[in-house]
Amino acid sequence: MQQTNRLRPFFENLTFDRDDNHMVINFGPQHPSAHGQLRLILELDGEEVVKANPDIGYLHRGMEKMAENMIYNEFLPTTDRMDYIASSSNNYGFALAVEKLLGIEDKVPRRAKVIRTMLLELNRIISHQFWLATHALDVGAMSVFLYAFREREWGLDLIEDYCGARLTHSAIRIGGVPLDLPEGWTDNLAKYLDKVERAVKEDYEALLDENRIWKMRLENVGIIDKEMARSWAVSGIMLRGSGFEWDLRKEMPYELYEELDFDIPISDKMDSYGRYKLYMEEIRQSVRILRQLIPMYHESEPQLMANVPQYISPTKEEQMTQNYSLMQHFVLVTQGMRPPVGEVYVATESPKGELGFYINSQGEPYPYRLKIRAPSFFHTGILQDLLVGCQLADVVTIIGSTNIVFGEVDR
Amino acid sequence: MRPYRPKDNVQKKAYYNDRFYVTPQIPKDDPASDEVYSKDIEKLQSKFSISESYIQRGELVIYIDPDSNVEVLEFLKDELDYSFLMEMSAVDFLAQREGFEIFYELLSLSKRKRIRVKTFIKENQAIESVQHLFRSANFAEREMFDMFGIQVNNHPYLKRILMPDDWEGYPLRKTYPLQGDEFAQWYEVDKIFGKEARDIVGPEIRDSAHIDRYDTERFARLGHEVPRGTDISKDEPDTDNHEFQEEGGVFLIKDLNKPQKVLSEKERRER
Repeated sequence: MQQTNRLRPFFENLTFDRDDNHMVINFGPQHPSAHGQLRLILELDGEEVVKANPDIGYLHRGMEKMAENMIYNEFLPTTDRMDYIASSSNNYGFALAVEKLLGIEDKVPRRAKVIRTMLLELNRIISHQFWLATHALDVGAMSVFLYAFREREWGLDLIEDYCGARLTHSAIRIGGVPLDLPEGWTDNLAKYLDKVERAVKEDYEALLDENRIWKMRLENVGIIDKEMARSWAVSGIMLRGSGFEWDLRKEMPYELYEELDFDIPISDKMDSYGRYKLYMEEIRQSVRILRQLIPMYHESEPQLMANVPQYISPTKEEQMTQNYSLMQHFVLVTQGMRPPVGEVYVATESPKGELGFYINSQGEPYPYRLKIRAPSFFHTGILQDLLVGCQLADVVTIIGSTNIVFGEVDR
Repeated sequence: MRPYRPKDNVQKKAYYNDRFYVTPQIPKDDPASDEVYSKDIEKLQSKFSISESYIQRGELVIYIDPDSNVEVLEFLKDELDYSFLMEMSAVDFLAQREGFEIFYELLSLSKRKRIRVKTFIKENQAIESVQHLFRSANFAEREMFDMFGIQVNNHPYLKRILMPDDWEGYPLRKTYPLQGDEFAQWYEVDKIFGKEARDIVGPEIRDSAHIDRYDTERFARLGHEVPRGTDISKDEPDTDNHEFQEEGGVFLIKDLNKPQKVLSEKERRER
């Protein structure tokens, strides 16, 4: 066990001086390619990884504990800090879980649903661009990083126009959305979509698809076969990259995905390159979804929050004109809503994979237990099987290709 | 008299409860009402003892015996095609029932259905690991052990995953306070400065909303500013209120605190 009274490097079950040819190296937690605070303890035979042991917890903030001490609405901004690359998808996952718990998911107004779906898809684009940028940077393609970050920044500008924040959006509330889209936003969105579509084809894919270095570093690297994918319960693109046709937006649709026309790309190559192609195709599909959503937005009624006075605060207009609405709002803000006794597990397809919220409610304004099923948590776990047998140089590209975000892994 | 606070659950409580409020329950449907679930539950019931089963919000929930968790999950995986273990963890019911409720969240791609397998264990009872069926349980069981202190038998590497290895206490238990216990407040102090420096450094303040009105290093004292680092623990200097307006006053605004000029008899006559 560790000496308790001095900061000293601590390696459990590890001996660095060994008689065989194996070498143990420590990767991270401060490593530019670790995509956050990942520490890997690698046992090497020459340059081949024999054993990999991911060590996480450097960003642990105890969100599940915090949730038990917060009313439901209070917790929503905390979910921003999980997958901070695409925070609206966390907000949405939590909001939908609480709505399912309350049984009000059908009462969310149409316009709120359109705006939510728009935000989700915009977040997906931004997240995939961020993934591409950092992954390409890990492999050594600096220019892709610059292009992808440029377009990502335009996407963040759109979100900033909507909710005022670039990264921690909190733009989705339990029961709807707080704000309507600003004037001219959909026009800007349409322009942005054209730019993204062009950039995917003429920048990212033109630079990378046939790039010799890119292909050599990605093809047949990080192969997740079907059994490994199943066993580790991987989700999202990692799962579709292994040949499973499974996307929660199609298979267990939520929000407006049932009405929308889009395809789920799958790849049976099972390697990093196949997953890269899926990311590019998913951006295209998100663009396609967003284009369909723009007319849907203009056809919808202006109501934004569900009208469920027991759980959701009344509109500002009602609060300011009707005494009883103001009282209801006061009680909901100070005491919080009291959902019925029961439990739900609600999963949504976040850009990283299946983001699930398990909520156990005992009828109190505070959740009795909230468990966040973060896709990246299991995508980090799979590294102990995935890295074995690959070269040390590939470790970085494999970590990049799993698209893990440590806010989500450690929560 | 000090108000009584229960020690078995130190999480935040609602400050007001209506005496006449009846908490509603989420309805529990009969598993026979769903055609996929009804077949599954029939097969399960023929092989294992299932104490309770119902559908809640569209998802089948079954309660099994803690000793049979591996067999039930193996059956679900191989025979009923619930082949993904998406999540597993525990819920602390130590105060109410002296134990933990463990849930396994399984997914079937072919049926497009989820099933929640639940079991109840006593406080010091161990559960058998399912990581040979689902590797995802490897990490999830470690997290459960880390957060609740539930022992998992036959786990290849059961050690803390999110908290430091030498941490004491189990953070997600209801008896564990949000800001951490006494061990937590000395942990980093001991690590960085050593145990002998405890008297000099003092315990770590883990309450993020903490305000120390005598600390002039880190807290501003609006309206009562003193130079940074001044020791004001003995007597607080009563500083003058600062004048924030311009010396000559602001255009069109009359400063009522300013002593007004008293006009002499001659000046008044001249007006």
